[in-house]
Amino acid sequence: MSIAEVARPAAAPVPVAKRGETEALVSGSEAVAHALRLADVDVITAYPIRPYDTVMQYVSKLIADGEFDCDFIVAESEHSQFEVAKHASAVGARAFCGSSGVGWLYAFEAIAVTAGLRLPLVAMVGNRALDDPGAFGTEHNDALAVRDLGWLLCWVDTAQEALDTTLIAYRVAEDHRVFLPCAINCDGAFLTHSQAIVKLPSKQLVDSFLPRYDRGDKRLHPDNPVTIAPQVNEDWLMEMRRQNDLAARHSRDVLIEAYADFNAKFGRGGEPFIERYMMDDAEVALVGMGTLAMPVRVAVRNLRKQGKKVGFVRIRWFRPFPSPELQEALAGVKAVGVIDRDYAFGSPLMGGVLATDVRSALYPAKNRPKVVSFIAGLGGREISTDNVMDMANTLLDAAGGGKVEEQDSYWYGVRE
Amino acid sequence: MLDTKQNIGDFTAPQALDPWKGIKRIAREEYFTSGHRTCQGCESAQVMRLLAKAAGPRTIVLGSTGCMYVANTSYYCTPWALPWMHTQLGSSGSAAVGTAAGLQALMRKGKMTKEPINVIGVCGDGGGADMGLSAISAAMLHSEYNLLIMMYDNESYANTDIQTSGSSPYGSHTSFSPPGKAHRIMNKHWKKNTAAMIAAGHPECKYVATVVSTNPLDTLNAVRRALSIGGPTFIHSLDPCPKGWDYDPRYSHEIGELAVATGIWPLYEIEDRKIKLYGETKRIAEGKLKRKPVEDYLMRQGRFAHFNKDDIAYVQAKVDAMWQSWVIPGVLPFAAADGAAGTK
Ligand SMILES: Cc1ncc(C[n+]2csc(CCOP(=O)(O)OP(=O)(O)O)c2C)c(N)n1
Ligand code: SF4
Ligand SMILES: [Mg+2]
Repeated sequence: MSIAEVARPAAAPVPVAKRGETEALVSGSEAVAHALRLADVDVITAYPIRPYDTVMQYVSKLIADGEFDCDFIVAESEHSQFEVAKHASAVGARAFCGSSGVGWLYAFEAIAVTAGLRLPLVAMVGNRALDDPGAFGTEHNDALAVRDLGWLLCWVDTAQEALDTTLIAYRVAEDHRVFLPCAINCDGAFLTHSQAIVKLPSKQLVDSFLPRYDRGDKRLHPDNPVTIAPQVNEDWLMEMRRQNDLAARHSRDVLIEAYADFNAKFGRGGEPFIERYMMDDAEVALVGMGTLAMPVRVAVRNLRKQGKKVGFVRIRWFRPFPSPELQEALAGVKAVGVIDRDYAFGSPLMGGVLATDVRSALYPAKNRPKVVSFIAGLGGREISTDNVMDMANTLLDAAGGGKVEEQDSYWYGVRE
Repeated sequence: MLDTKQNIGDFTAPQALDPWKGIKRIAREEYFTSGHRTCQGCESAQVMRLLAKAAGPRTIVLGSTGCMYVANTSYYCTPWALPWMHTQLGSSGSAAVGTAAGLQALMRKGKMTKEPINVIGVCGDGGGADMGLSAISAAMLHSEYNLLIMMYDNESYANTDIQTSGSSPYGSHTSFSPPGKAHRIMNKHWKKNTAAMIAAGHPECKYVATVVSTNPLDTLNAVRRALSIGGPTFIHSLDPCPKGWDYDPRYSHEIGELAVATGIWPLYEIEDRKIKLYGETKRIAEGKLKRKPVEDYLMRQGRFAHFNKDDIAYVQAKVDAMWQSWVIPGVLPFAAADGAAGTK
């Protein structure tokens, strides 16, 4: 894909005079619950695990209070939770589920086949460290474990973005050119549990953006007696894998369309794949996903006050991976530091998962910058502004010709 | 009476499928047709055929991995004339719940034409009584959905080359329990009592039956009864499997008959908490028919060929105990402990 095809924001957002939005103080999980209500989801399946399960607590209350009509099923395991939602999706019901940490991995089999079946399930991951040893805090390895299976994966930063992205996720996942499941990643505690003022759109506005889920000729129903997922073996599997590959590619165009429409109708939404912060004249850039954006932005502002040309790129969509956007945004930059809230033991150059992908996306770029891997904030440990300033100074040093380790990762905040 | 259905949405009535009175009255239409590639004499395939016929065209079938998927349901030659979808090995319960929930939500919300649609989750003994037990148990609590779980029990993980499962009988030779020089008996557990366990442990489940396709009419009518009663229901079918049990395919029916006649496989229906033995099992229980010795059944199958006299005597004694000391003979394996307040 060439840089010419890079998705830039649609025209400057046009504020719509009467969108009928209200404002409320809600957490990231509650914002997602409101999005589910607005999307008129038909089947939701739950199983308890911190921190994602707050979304299900809000959903069940909305149902109990008669504000939301859906079949709400408390499964007996995450495996069943994801299987139930998958099968509801196959008969044409809009479905939702979610999990965190080991719960997400308990459902791994169901997660894998949902993508293989091309079912547009939407899930929320409240990112959480994988046991053992036990930890509730955020780490991205849970969702990243499924990165090659066809799930669309995005990381959001605010409660508003969580709500908006849930609506966008249904639109993109259910598009016939895509028909792939989508997981919205919310950092545990930092986003799932912290409140912010969020604009709650009206049902009418949402309806104008999000069409009904139509499974078309793939719907399982007595009027359409198809056999879904028969045994295919080597006779057909390769062709089917290729179809999934094409669907994952198409998701890029569909995302671009969806964000353009969302921006036009809601007057917000921004650029689909990445968020650029003070990147226009940046000499070095930090890259990361999720709520670490907050300390990074503060650090970038502090450094700018010192006259240091530092910028930040927040990756919003991890699958499809925004290679064209990163190649364009980071082309003029001398050094890039990728902050991973994950680990990838034994990986190429000992970097994090994100660093490894960013490095390969930049490899074919002209004037590719130096890429440095920073591992930070594991298990929900705070990433401080000082940590980030230190990372940025390392990059500035490298940009000025100083020595920097590109063949290994820098771990931040570890007590040695 | 307490309305336990409050706040859980519409309860869509099940289909009314009257029993077929006599083999000549059964529908002619087949919804499980040609195209399957199961072994000759495969009773499980026969169960699929009876299941589809009994349920009729307004039905969705979900099938978990196993012979009835891998050997039975191939791309370009599917035998299913009903809508059919694969589900994971341990997911027949979840598949049925998800399908029923999706249909019900769409109908309640006016997004789909309202009509009763049968939802049937099919699983083998491995997928059902072992791996999928928790999901089936959960499904059996969903009184708001109409769903049937049909467990076809060929007493092994047949598709993966006949490995021992929780439903494999004591001592049977499987590819994970071969008789050897040091250990003649590798599979030492007695077969899991799945149907009774489901019936006893799931207060929302209104119908449980055991069947054997040697009795096609009873099997058809059990399916029709389960689907008409509605809510979550369960049928457990014992399926002679020529490959796994090691006998000539022509004897499948006969071996099914012997399983009942020896008292090893009791036939019963539990409806609304009341149990009814039927067929030969009933006559055995009433003393009108003498149980055949288990040896007649065991020695017809290669999987028991390594049994010696003691092994046969052991199985006979266990089966005798089923009939002589269980609270409900052949069904519930409790005897009153000495001095305890028992039922007898
Ligand atoms: C999660 C998982 N583990 C293992 C398998 C391998 N496997 C495929 S079919 C099968 C046998 C299933 O046995 P059962 O449910 O009794 O059905 P049968 O093959 O006997 O018809 C197994 C173990 C699988 N498909 N999925
Ligand atoms: S192995 Fe047994 S269950 Fe499987 S197809 Fe053959 S006869 Fe049927
Ligand atoms: Mg089996």
